[in-house]
Amino acid sequence: MTGVLNVRNLTAAILVIGLVLLPVYSHLAGDRFVLTLFTRIVIMAMAATSLNLILGYGGMMSFGHAAYLGIGGYAVGMLAHEGIYSGFVQWPVAIAASALFALVIGALSLRTRGVYFIMITLAFAQMAYYLVSGLARYGGDDGLTIYKRSQFIEPLNLSNKIQFYYLCLALLFATIFLIWRLINSRFGMAVQGARSNETRMRAIGFPTYRYRLACFVIAGTLGGLSGVLLANHGDFVSPAMMYWTRSGDLIIMVVLGGMATAFGPLIGAIALLLLEEFLPLIIKVAGTPFFGSSAAARGSEYWMIVMGPLLLLVVLFARGGIDGMLAKLGAKVSAKERS
Amino acid sequence: MTLFFEQCLNGLQFGLLLFLLAAGLTLVFGIMDLVNLAHGSLYMLGAYFAATFSVWTGNFVFGAVLALAATLVVGMAVEVIVMRRLYSRDHLDHVLGTFGLILFFDESVRLIWGPAGLSLPLPPWLSGSVQILSGFQYSAYRLAIIVVTLGVAAFLYILVMRTRIGMLVRAGASNREMVGALGVNIKLLYTLVFGLGAALAGLAGLMQAPILTVQIGMGENILILAFVVTVIGGIGSIRGALVAALLVGVLDTLGRAFFPDILRTMLSPTAASALAPALSSMLIYLLMAIVLVIKPEGLFSAGNK
Repeated sequence: MTGVLNVRNLTAAILVIGLVLLPVYSHLAGDRFVLTLFTRIVIMAMAATSLNLILGYGGMMSFGHAAYLGIGGYAVGMLAHEGIYSGFVQWPVAIAASALFALVIGALSLRTRGVYFIMITLAFAQMAYYLVSGLARYGGDDGLTIYKRSQFIEPLNLSNKIQFYYLCLALLFATIFLIWRLINSRFGMAVQGARSNETRMRAIGFPTYRYRLACFVIAGTLGGLSGVLLANHGDFVSPAMMYWTRSGDLIIMVVLGGMATAFGPLIGAIALLLLEEFLPLIIKVAGTPFFGSSAAARGSEYWMIVMGPLLLLVVLFARGGIDGMLAKLGAKVSAKERS
Repeated sequence: MTLFFEQCLNGLQFGLLLFLLAAGLTLVFGIMDLVNLAHGSLYMLGAYFAATFSVWTGNFVFGAVLALAATLVVGMAVEVIVMRRLYSRDHLDHVLGTFGLILFFDESVRLIWGPAGLSLPLPPWLSGSVQILSGFQYSAYRLAIIVVTLGVAAFLYILVMRTRIGMLVRAGASNREMVGALGVNIKLLYTLVFGLGAALAGLAGLMQAPILTVQIGMGENILILAFVVTVIGGIGSIRGALVAALLVGVLDTLGRAFFPDILRTMLSPTAASALAPALSSMLIYLLMAIVLVIKPEGLFSAGNK
């Protein structure tokens, strides 16, 4: 199995087909929960994919990517609160707001490197968090309920769960495709070049600061768009959307799936969110024979106690994430075929 | 005028507290090149330990000393079990690994102490107020915090700049292999430095405990502020951490106290009261942005640590 038909591509293909067919399963099995769960996964995967552009390909360790989720979400929420429901207004406003935020934050943060960059993006995202927490008109800490999803012309209706899922999925695939094209263009090569050796890129005449900034703004804008979807999905926005742990979750998705790979963030998002959903259940089932069912059920409430060290183990022993493991597996398979 | 003076002292107290946290962060970063997000968890643990131990011993000071020792031990254990394996990795791995630690610590605290917060009552001799100038009273406990942190700052300065251990620490920061080759147990040294950072965070936590409620997540909010402080001061510089901590502490406190009034003179009262809480919490980030525009490496960059 070499060339196009390797383990990695096969996994990606299975994932794509699975995601496309998911509503069919949900409809046939009458399982509405799985559709809601996967709509969320698809939206978070889109945010993670946009983060991957700067984190994976650009080498910019942004720890504030959830801010764009919040900004996109709040653009929808605030406009809806003021009685403007049209998606033709809400979406461009959300996109423009997140692009502007990314431009300002990026212009300041990209003057720095390394740890400074991590901490500064984190601090600016927290600033946005405190800013919306202080806006009493829009619910402050408690958040803002959205009574009507973004309105588009018929037949597009976001309140229809299946339609909304397919819209999110289409936007996710569009994002993955866009970033893939971008990365393989001259622009993308320059950005990746700046990741490996910035001095050299500058020496051969690339204005690396501007390239990075453009990259940062594109990622922020796409992040804002996923925020728009997230707000419509939950019918609710709150400052918690942009809390810094959410930025951490996004980084985990990217690293868990595989940095600087087209489908890594999607794989990571599916893995992390399914784990979050089912780890309590796993603890309960696995713990029952040892501690009895009631103790295991109580223990399952504390699933994060397992999640934390698990994350640490991934960092220590599974560099390259799931995608890296698949690549290794693929190499083994093809080696076996050759022998 | 009295109010202004009191708020200045509050700002000084808060700034010094931030210094304790930022000093630990910047020490660990400057010497081991490690980004430690779990620093806030150690702050939280310090507060929880103090609340528990002072009930056990029935004495605030004994409780505080025990809590300090406990955070030191936890810090050293974390270094030996986890951090040691992270030094050679890149910063992204540090961020992710220590993020995992935060989840672990938060959940462990919830498991051990329950989801509700604790409170740590002050002993009578600290809960009153002291007359500093004629007609000016100030909380005895806040004054005690100022005195203790100033003492710790002086201790840190002497430890790093004037003792043999401090010399080894500085040498280890500039060339780890060389110091190891000269026969110094660099592993033990790192464990001690990390433990010291943890103890400083724990001290900040236990001193803040009587003022705030002791709760899960308390470390995370203040950790971000400590990050802002280290960034403004220049990562790796203890002197920078002190200056920046005082700047941030005073600006934040005065901003929250007086910025709404200043805003009211410029805007209509309704607009001012709607915007004030949001804008006054942005002040320190604005300060950080301005510092970064002028000096991207912070006020005292690590070159002169």
